Amino acid sequence: MTATLERPTDPPGLVPAEPVGKAGDKIFGGLSKGAGILILVTLAAVALFLLKEAFPTFTTDDLEEGFASYVGPLVFGTIWAAFLALVIATPLAVAVALFTSHYAPRSLAAPLGYFIDLLAAVPSVVYGLWGSSVLAPVLSRSVYPWLADNLGFIPLFKGPAAGSGRTLMTVAIVLAVMILPIITAISREVFLQTPRLHEEASLALGATRWEMVRQAVLPYGRSGVISGAMLGLGRALGETMAVAIILSPADVISFNIIGTQNPNTIASNIALKFPESSGIEVNRLIATGLVLFVLTFGVNVIARRIARAGFSGAAG
Amino acid sequence: MSLATALSGAPTPSPSPSPLQPLDSGTLRRAQHLAIVAAAVVVGALSWLVQGTSPNWARWIVVTLLAYCIGIFVVSRLVEGARHATDRLSTAIMTSAFCIVLLPLVSVVWTVVQRGWGRMDSLFFTDTMRGVVGEGGGAWHAIVGTLIVTGLTALMSVPFGLFTAIYLVEYGKGRLARAITSMVDVMTGIPSIVAGLFAYALFVLRQGPGARSGLSGAVALTVLMTPVVIRATEEMLRLVPDELREASYALGVPKWKTIVRVVLPTAIGGILTGVTLAIARVIGETAPLLVTAGLAQDTNLNPVSGRMTTLPVFAFYNYAQPGVPPQNGLDRAWAAALTLIIVVAILFTVARILAKILKPKGLR
Repeated sequence: MTATLERPTDPPGLVPAEPVGKAGDKIFGGLSKGAGILILVTLAAVALFLLKEAFPTFTTDDLEEGFASYVGPLVFGTIWAAFLALVIATPLAVAVALFTSHYAPRSLAAPLGYFIDLLAAVPSVVYGLWGSSVLAPVLSRSVYPWLADNLGFIPLFKGPAAGSGRTLMTVAIVLAVMILPIITAISREVFLQTPRLHEEASLALGATRWEMVRQAVLPYGRSGVISGAMLGLGRALGETMAVAIILSPADVISFNIIGTQNPNTIASNIALKFPESSGIEVNRLIATGLVLFVLTFGVNVIARRIARAGFSGAAG
Repeated sequence: MSLATALSGAPTPSPSPSPLQPLDSGTLRRAQHLAIVAAAVVVGALSWLVQGTSPNWARWIVVTLLAYCIGIFVVSRLVEGARHATDRLSTAIMTSAFCIVLLPLVSVVWTVVQRGWGRMDSLFFTDTMRGVVGEGGGAWHAIVGTLIVTGLTALMSVPFGLFTAIYLVEYGKGRLARAITSMVDVMTGIPSIVAGLFAYALFVLRQGPGARSGLSGAVALTVLMTPVVIRATEEMLRLVPDELREASYALGVPKWKTIVRVVLPTAIGGILTGVTLAIARVIGETAPLLVTAGLAQDTNLNPVSGRMTTLPVFAFYNYAQPGVPPQNGLDRAWAAALTLIIVVAILFTVARILAKILKPKGLR
């Protein structure tokens, strides 16, 4: 005997239930979506307001100096200082990241990593004070005269060295200290994600620890390190207070990093000149800020592109 | 050879030692290693005798590390062979890099404590700079300003960031969510001075050129703080297991109530930690406040009008324009710097304690 299944029907008189909490969901969902859209609005507002305030610079006749010749040395100084900081910081950051991920005793690795992260906690104005009153005099006493005397044939170190030590090289070192925690943190994460099997395969074939790192860890982590370096570069490009306090600026384009004529950076120039500026000068400073915004935006886009491309490549 | 010995980096003994050679021949013994370290320290100490330059403990450490690297490589090459010498050199270099990177941290903390401690007196914390020329003066107005500006910033950016993160994790699935994520990434990269200029330009609309206010500074800091809050909150929300959400839905709880009563309380520890760290980051921001809130000599309790000094701006101006005689201004600047570092250290500690206390059991 076959049992026939009847399609179940609702008993007569049953009213379909309202979804619970419909109003609450609408409000909450609306708030969340609104917050997300506000992010887009904010970013658009940043670009628009900067453009609006910067625009008079390009149409005015009040300024004797053209905008390009005003901002040119600043752009050079910004990129040059950030590049030097990156060159100093990246090898150190990779070494420190390798130390905490592969070389340090396992029990100490976490606390040691924490110390490096403390470097990121110091406010930039404190780095500026330290760089100007401690690092600059020490370097100008011990290092710069030696560089000028012995390596002065390289245009970087052409003498005479600035007596105060408030040069681009000092700034680059302080910037390197400031961006190092960022690069280290990202590199350490990537190195820790190296496939264990790759590492152990290398060791099983008789490799020393350095050979294992060179064969398994570094190739895997390369794109992550580059992405971290780009983020550090972005930070160095925008750093204001350390440069403003340490550097004694001049309106030049010069590759000499221990001399007395040092190009200023965009951000530091704004910080130093803005409080006392008025009228069209303010607009010009905001225009340089817009240039800086575009510059850091570009660097960040490249960093994210490398990060995305790298991860898919590493998996393959 | 076991994995343990492989990982410890000890080299394998050479293939066919004579039966009378000890098993660890061809390796660097512990005593030899310590001797190299000691020799490096001595060489570093000799750098103190270099003529024409003053004694410098930083140079001692650097020369010691350099001497150690060279020494270990040379000795290891003679005793153990080229491959293991390179391995020892790499270990030496990594350790040296770590020590070198710690030098600035130690130096900064030491300098700030040494130079700022002298003015950590009650006058510094109660007086303002009104009418002060030269000696005395204090940072009370700066401390109040910092509290007001940071408080306003947190008030604006925490809900903003929280709801955006909730949208990205719980609601958003399509193009809008992707666009928002990209823009949050862009926002993390905005230079702080640019955020300040934006806030200035925004308030110029309402208050005309030359407008300075604490609220303007708070808006600039919000632009800087919100992406940090979003990133931290997003991470924490993603860590909440889906099973919790689905159990809640299965019991008929509406989505918004699930988020508020189930997801958020589970993630609250991490979220609070992230917010505390974000506050620690913006409390030290100087550049955006230079161009928005400006410098005042007296306490200003009104955030919508008038200049409002904050602690980092106070430190900057006392250092850059200390007046005559300069030592007083410099002392105040260092004391303000020390106060800042102490505040940031307290915030970091609070963040760690929060993370520990509020960590839900069984989660990660």
